[in-house]
Amino acid sequence: MSADAEVNGSPPPVPEGLVMGKDGMAVLVDVLIRRGFTVVGPTVRDGAIVLARLLSADELPYGWGVELEAGRYRLRERTDGAAFANAAGPQSWKSFLHPARVREWSADRVEGEVVFTAEPADPPRYAFLGVRPCDLRAIAVQDRVLTGGTYRDPGYEGRRFGTLLIVVECTEPGATCFCVSMGTGPAAGPGYDLVLTEVVDVHGHRFWVRSGSEEGAEILAELPARPADPDTRETARAGVTAAADRMGRTMPEADLRELMAGTLDAPRWDDVAGRCLTCGNCTMVCPTCFCTTTEDVTDLTGDHAERWRLWDSCFDLDFSHLHGGPVRASTRSRYRQWMTHKLGTWYDQFGSSGCVGCGRCIVWCPVGIDITEEAAALHDWTRSGAPAPETEGE
Amino acid sequence: MVTELGPVIRTRPALAVWKFASCDGCQLTLLDCEDELLGLAECVRIDHFLEMTPSEGADAQRARPAGRGPYDLSLVEGSITTAEDAERIQHVRRISRYLVTIGACATAGGIQALRNFADVDEFVAAVYARPEYIATLETSTAISAHVPVDFELRGCPIDRRQLLEVITAHLAGRRPRIPSHSVCFECKRRGTPCVTVAHGTACLGPVTHAGCGAICPAYGRGCYGCFGPSSRPNLRSMVAQLRRDGMSERDIQRVFRTFNAASPEYAPVPDLAAEEQHGPPA
Ligand code: SF4
Ligand code: SF4
Ligand code: SF4
Ligand code: SF4
Repeated sequence: MSADAEVNGSPPPVPEGLVMGKDGMAVLVDVLIRRGFTVVGPTVRDGAIVLARLLSADELPYGWGVELEAGRYRLRERTDGAAFANAAGPQSWKSFLHPARVREWSADRVEGEVVFTAEPADPPRYAFLGVRPCDLRAIAVQDRVLTGGTYRDPGYEGRRFGTLLIVVECTEPGATCFCVSMGTGPAAGPGYDLVLTEVVDVHGHRFWVRSGSEEGAEILAELPARPADPDTRETARAGVTAAADRMGRTMPEADLRELMAGTLDAPRWDDVAGRCLTCGNCTMVCPTCFCTTTEDVTDLTGDHAERWRLWDSCFDLDFSHLHGGPVRASTRSRYRQWMTHKLGTWYDQFGSSGCVGCGRCIVWCPVGIDITEEAAALHDWTRSGAPAPETEGE
Repeated sequence: MVTELGPVIRTRPALAVWKFASCDGCQLTLLDCEDELLGLAECVRIDHFLEMTPSEGADAQRARPAGRGPYDLSLVEGSITTAEDAERIQHVRRISRYLVTIGACATAGGIQALRNFADVDEFVAAVYARPEYIATLETSTAISAHVPVDFELRGCPIDRRQLLEVITAHLAGRRPRIPSHSVCFECKRRGTPCVTVAHGTACLGPVTHAGCGAICPAYGRGCYGCFGPSSRPNLRSMVAQLRRDGMSERDIQRVFRTFNAASPEYAPVPDLAAEEQHGPPA
């Protein structure tokens, strides 16, 4: 699980770190902007904590928590004023690194000749503020998919390359989180430039900050922070440890890859197919789902054409449309594709799980289909003397 | 990169726009293509389009409601609600090489198909002062119920960009790129937090054909289903969800009884809604 998590080849973090207050957070955002970064972080909009460009730390969701359940998300005011005591929101960082719509090239017919123009590659330098440990892993998983194999995506590489990752460890997991089961959180794994742990107690509202890269250390040096006192470090660590014990969900104690491979004929797939709307929301919110479709557009004259790339989903009938029609026509086969890819075949393709346990697919499924519940049902089926699984699908 | 191509040979295909029982909104979408309208007029010969024709003078003479044809591309708006129209659509089909229906009326019968679920004579008596002057069919039906249709463009009204895509694709001789997945795809690509999940607002997005760009959720409202059913919608699960979002059996029936009321996919909704409220039939 760890090889693919090396995001930046970071040096080991400074274990002691520094401590800063809310003023330090304000300076951090200013420093990042002054250094030319486009800062993206959580902020409250449309009744949710979304990821958006930040111009000041004031836009952070200070005092906002969330209440999560399958198919349900509600903002809740918090009395402690914490900014990061909330779990993954409706978007993930892939909205920026692997955006929903990208123009790849355009072409013009000029005096009988077709001239192709590549999209200019001048992505902003992003600083992601508030990356959760599960999402840090998700970025590593997408790195493996989009830059680590035969099919490299130079656009992704360009956006990903200059991105600064500022991770915030989790102290307030949602009821839909299961990062502990997936080994991705709530403490930060490697790959960050800076990592923060937020502490609010009688001694005040503060952040314990450590750097994980040279650039992170340089930025840290510019912040109004003092050496971390043992008390803050202890409280911060205890908060993260306690979070690990308060996970809202767990995956069944089983080798999930084997579970997927061995249950392709389970009746449970029909059950979930009865509920699934094939709306595609789960794949769109999943921080690791990477599938796209290509759309070529021409203008009325036919003299100008553009190629666009859009997020796609294995829930779309057209997704598996080959000669003669879709290969995965039934809802059963489409839901099964999604879940077995996330938890099983991802290992075969990319050497890791395709799920990091962020819980987004559970929260943002309009009918509240829960991947952990489905996995548990499949697991129960294998233990209740299921017929010997046949390996072929439908 | 430069690729040599032969000279481009262009003929201007003849376009006709037809109106049946409808509100004109979809045809007007064509006039709404302000920036593209001149370009369009250069690419096609708009031969028949009453909405764009003066009501008097030589042009008006030329633009007889029946049209003469032949037309390369006919855009048909509206549903069939009278015996004359049932005849006229046959004529339109005969003189059109490629026939595209535009909008919910033409593809599903429109809001006027509510009569399909009631007694049309009662409606006529309630609405018109002199019902005896009204000659109408008992049902409002989609164009495809009468003649073969080459492509159906959804929406109430249709989306301007999709209309241009259909025309452009026709000119280029390719299949229009009109996905039939749910509105949720567009909603998520746009980055809107789901109104059902975040606010408990009932939304038809998961079973509704994409095309509008998920406008309503972006303004905090649930999808009304203007574009009709998506491909293979799971209405049983959708109806159960609408119940959880607080809708009654009657609310659920009504939310599907709008512009695409007569879509065959929606036929099971009343039974499903009753079942959700009262349990499965004994
Ligand atoms: S499958 Fe679900 S829980 Fe796992 S990473 Fe994707 S969205 Fe998160
Ligand atoms: S689960 Fe579906 S959408 Fe996600 S990466 Fe796999 S095939 Fe693509
Ligand atoms: S599992 Fe939920 S979010 Fe995913 S396609 Fe099915 S209904 Fe939509
Ligand atoms: S708001 Fe409606 S259209 Fe958007 S994701 Fe939710 S259910 Fe789908």
